[in-house]
Amino acid sequence: MTQTMAVAKALNESLRKALESDPKVLVMGEDVGKLGGVFRITDGLHKDFGEGRVIDTPLAESGIVGTAIGLALRGYRPVAEIQFDGFVFPAYDQIVTQLAKMHARALGKIKLPIVIRIPYGGGIGAVEHHSESPESLFAHVPGLKVVSPSNASDAYWMLQQAIECDDPVIFFEPKRRYWDKGEVDVEAVPGDLHRAVVVQQGTDVTLAAYGPMVKVCLEAAAAAANEGRSLEVVDLRSLSPIDFDTIQASVQKTRRLVVVHEAPVFYGAGAEIAARITERCFYHLEAPVLRVGGFHAPYPPARLEDEYLPGLDRVLDAVDRALAF
Amino acid sequence: MSVKSTAPRRTTRGSAAKRRSGEPGLVQLLTPQGERVEHDEYAVDLTPEELRGLYRDMVLTRRFDGEAVTLQRQGELGLWASLLGQEAAQIGSGRATRPDDYVFPTYREHGVAWTRDVDPLNLLGMFRGVNHGGWDPNENNFHLYTIVIGSQTLHATGYAMGVAKDGAESAVLAYFGDGASSQGDVAEAFTFAAVYNAPVVFFCQNNQWAISEPTEKQSRVPIYQRAAGFGFPGVRVDGNDVLAVLAVTRAALEHARSGQGPMLVEAFTYRMGAHTTTDDPTRYRSEDERSEWAAKDPIARLRAYLDREGLADEDFYAGVDTESDALAKRVREGVRTMPNPGPMAMFEHVYADGSALVDEERAQYAAYAASFEDAETGGNPGQGH
Repeated sequence: MTQTMAVAKALNESLRKALESDPKVLVMGEDVGKLGGVFRITDGLHKDFGEGRVIDTPLAESGIVGTAIGLALRGYRPVAEIQFDGFVFPAYDQIVTQLAKMHARALGKIKLPIVIRIPYGGGIGAVEHHSESPESLFAHVPGLKVVSPSNASDAYWMLQQAIECDDPVIFFEPKRRYWDKGEVDVEAVPGDLHRAVVVQQGTDVTLAAYGPMVKVCLEAAAAAANEGRSLEVVDLRSLSPIDFDTIQASVQKTRRLVVVHEAPVFYGAGAEIAARITERCFYHLEAPVLRVGGFHAPYPPARLEDEYLPGLDRVLDAVDRALAF
Repeated sequence: MSVKSTAPRRTTRGSAAKRRSGEPGLVQLLTPQGERVEHDEYAVDLTPEELRGLYRDMVLTRRFDGEAVTLQRQGELGLWASLLGQEAAQIGSGRATRPDDYVFPTYREHGVAWTRDVDPLNLLGMFRGVNHGGWDPNENNFHLYTIVIGSQTLHATGYAMGVAKDGAESAVLAYFGDGASSQGDVAEAFTFAAVYNAPVVFFCQNNQWAISEPTEKQSRVPIYQRAAGFGFPGVRVDGNDVLAVLAVTRAALEHARSGQGPMLVEAFTYRMGAHTTTDDPTRYRSEDERSEWAAKDPIARLRAYLDREGLADEDFYAGVDTESDALAKRVREGVRTMPNPGPMAMFEHVYADGSALVDEERAQYAAYAASFEDAETGGNPGQGH
């Protein structure tokens, strides 16, 4: 049964389904109750499932994640919301030091099925700390899984899968795509949570992106097509683990790769992808792997974010450079 | 065994010394001289057998702890965090728990582990370096040791929130120290526990020293008084008085179980040894202070009481000593024969559901390791670098 819904609604429906199907699922976070979250992702859930399952927490992120760990140890499956990307750092210690390591510390005898939802990325004209892309800081940590949907269907299904996963999953939601609509088949059989998907076939250059940048890359591919260039777009979907096989297959076809993300390029996901793909595809590559992303500067004030964020032109510029080698 | 009748009062630190002397409001049921005293709010009525049991627990715990220190000195353990001096705080509080209660320890709760029937050898794996804990927390409702201080108070609070959701009549006991009382996580745990009325008892062993920093560096008020600001009761108990600790912790756990929410217990005690085997307390504290606390020894005071009341005879003490020797022997042998993990173990249990990345690195490392085996058996010595 296919429905048209925005990414935000798809996430909402996904949480609703999880709460309905598993009594151990809890939603917790700041303002997730009556307000329905500052982005309304939990809209209506408090009313329908009650405050015992949709929990407004004190404004303390370390406390949110730390108590979520305790709830998980008691057998619950908490889905914790961090209100904005830049607010996750008070919880970073609990996430890195405890959540990521506890399963290994127990030699597998306990599980931490916790999802931490984080709206991330820029493009909404926000004040400081509301536009960041800290995904690499989590993908770098063994024990965590990190995923990010780019569209409504993935938002719906990947959140289901993240909640069903017995490992901690950091679920990055592309906040500027919350209002983008798409088709969601709520009866489909979803693919692997960590599999990348070729969302646009092409032959000349591969663009690899995730979350909010997938749309930019698809637009870039459309613009390039007008100039007779065929770009392939890979939606990575998962940042830990990364589906290198799908990227490799694409690059062995196109022989050129440009990785695009909002996060700073330095030590970003693109660096890891460049290194691994260079290893795997050294003799196939016609050009070095190029990266387009944020700069090594604090996320700028909103009036400058259009310059900071990779847009169509910067992506196409990188495509030109890749083709010029 | 001699017990000093009066401890010399320290006067060198002015008001700080007064705060550290244990007043006000210290719950005590057994004086340092082993005299039984009553308290308005807290009482225990134990059988002679139970009293002897507490003595046995403390002696065996101290012997285990001392054996671990020795094993570290002999190079069998990489590190050990001794609980010397804190036996009453740990045995008294641990013996207050019921099997269905859940305990979240720091890394020094060897005595509490003993009361939860955790095999002492389980505690030694991480200090030997063969694992990071590795026991099943649900087997004895005793969570893994937590090294980053204060973190576990939030886990305990979340667990207690789950207990309340389940409608279970259990309580959760969260250990932490005077140093951890400065951590934000502990403040957040107090906040969450209070807001959700979670059935958790926060048990602070104030052993006066966070490595080299005295409690004055952590707080201007007695730690138990912090609870008031969060809206739940706090009480300070003589942490070297096993009877008082048992009485207070029992009451606090019952307070939590009966739906009245969290409580804070501050056990006022003293770390007689070093922070860990890497520490040198002579650099930051005086021998006078240690002597003062030696006169309040938790085991000596219970023994003085048992002797005064004629509750134990020489056969009992000899039996405990024999048991101690057997425990020490078992620990010694267990540590020395503890197997090292194989190199591939580091790839295990990173994820519950597996990860392609770990699989890839495991396979690569296995191939790399196998290349040496090939070389040793005469195949392809020129390959690889």
